[in-house]
Amino acid sequence: MIPLLIRDLRLAVRAGGGFGLGLAFFLIVIVLVPFAVGPRADLHRAIAPGILWLGALLACLLSLDRIFALDYEDGSLDLLATAPLPLEALTCIKALAHWLTTSLPLVLAAPVLGVLMNLPASGYVPLILSLALGTPALSVIGTFGAALTVGVRRGGLLMSLLVLPLYVPTLIFGAEAARRGAEGLSYSTPLMMLAGITCGTIALLPFASAAVVRVNLR
Amino acid sequence: MASLWEYANPRKFIATSDRVMPWVGAAALVSLAIGLIWGFFFTPEDYRQGASVKIIYLHVPAALMAINAWLMMLVASLIWIIRRHHVSALAARAAAPVGAVMTVIALVTGALWGQPIWGTWWVWDPRLTSFLILFLFYLGYIALWSAIEDGDTAADLTSVLCLVGSVFALLSRYAVLFWNQGLHQGASLSLDKEENVADVFYLPLLVCIAGFVLLFVALVLMRTQTEIRARRMRALLARERML
Repeated sequence: MIPLLIRDLRLAVRAGGGFGLGLAFFLIVIVLVPFAVGPRADLHRAIAPGILWLGALLACLLSLDRIFALDYEDGSLDLLATAPLPLEALTCIKALAHWLTTSLPLVLAAPVLGVLMNLPASGYVPLILSLALGTPALSVIGTFGAALTVGVRRGGLLMSLLVLPLYVPTLIFGAEAARRGAEGLSYSTPLMMLAGITCGTIALLPFASAAVVRVNLR
Repeated sequence: MASLWEYANPRKFIATSDRVMPWVGAAALVSLAIGLIWGFFFTPEDYRQGASVKIIYLHVPAALMAINAWLMMLVASLIWIIRRHHVSALAARAAAPVGAVMTVIALVTGALWGQPIWGTWWVWDPRLTSFLILFLFYLGYIALWSAIEDGDTAADLTSVLCLVGSVFALLSRYAVLFWNQGLHQGASLSLDKEENVADVFYLPLLVCIAGFVLLFVALVLMRTQTEIRARRMRALLARERML
């Protein structure tokens, strides 16, 4: 499992330029928001947690089709499927690699972009906490979506349509925790719900993803 | 011994549904006509909502069927995954657009009623939001079916999507309840008698619901037959090309 993870990380960093793409997209979204809503600092402060969460979610979505598409095209997914490693473990590793290369940089960049959005000082800890707890769920759900559409040519748009409704509960609890934190309220309840969703998806969705990969490789 | 699984045979399914369908269709039309005419013309107007209350005869049955259609798709998907009966997969495919249209009817009639009564077409109320999310799930399901050419692969993938989607739809329902408080009234129909609508509205509403259920069954039977025949035709064409 570890060599596979290292291979995926190496591929993400060295080939195709997928590594910084999500981060750059996140930055651009956050830079564009003030142009869209006007230069009012109080408004930015109010929408900052939601916009940061939405930007991170979209940046995560953008890089999902890289999880399986390249391996499917050059045939290495077939080889990986015949390897002794079960497909469930393969999908876990793929999700973990996606999280490390795409979501983790987003979590680390979010506080910097929070400065741009005038995020109140009390909002930084809950923002980082909620993103750190919520983005694994985004990666795991996204791996399922990528596995569903791996056989579809130019399936990126279809995958967004399938994955976005699945992101709703994560977004609700994540953004709610960040918002409550920014307003100085107690945010432990939404944070715990978010952690529950993350644990549940990590525990169950790899089985669905593996089943779907198996169907697509048939 | 006759069992439910006999209808997994497409020929048997078509023969039986051909016999049943006209009756179901006619019953749907009759009960819808009775329910709607009774509801629209022979029930009193609500003392606060006026005539606009009568949209309940379309709104409530459509909303009910929007959820039940998804449940039916879930059961059909499970049957496909466990027992690999093609008719079941095709029935799930056939039900999806009907369910999506029911969702749209519920949303549109709700908006039309909400404008004069709540003063707004749309609020981010838990029920309304969950229905919008349900509609997105329908769209994704239909899109996935039509994106994949091979029938069995598409059936497998959409079945898994239906299972996962059901869990997430439920999760979204409760997440949305946490996220915002509601403007929508409680259940119109419930086992708790106190919560129900008044009896004058209740009986025609029941007739309308029966009509919507029958209409759904008739449409799904019809569309499943179409799917079976389309697949048979593709097989024949493929065989002809081989010769």
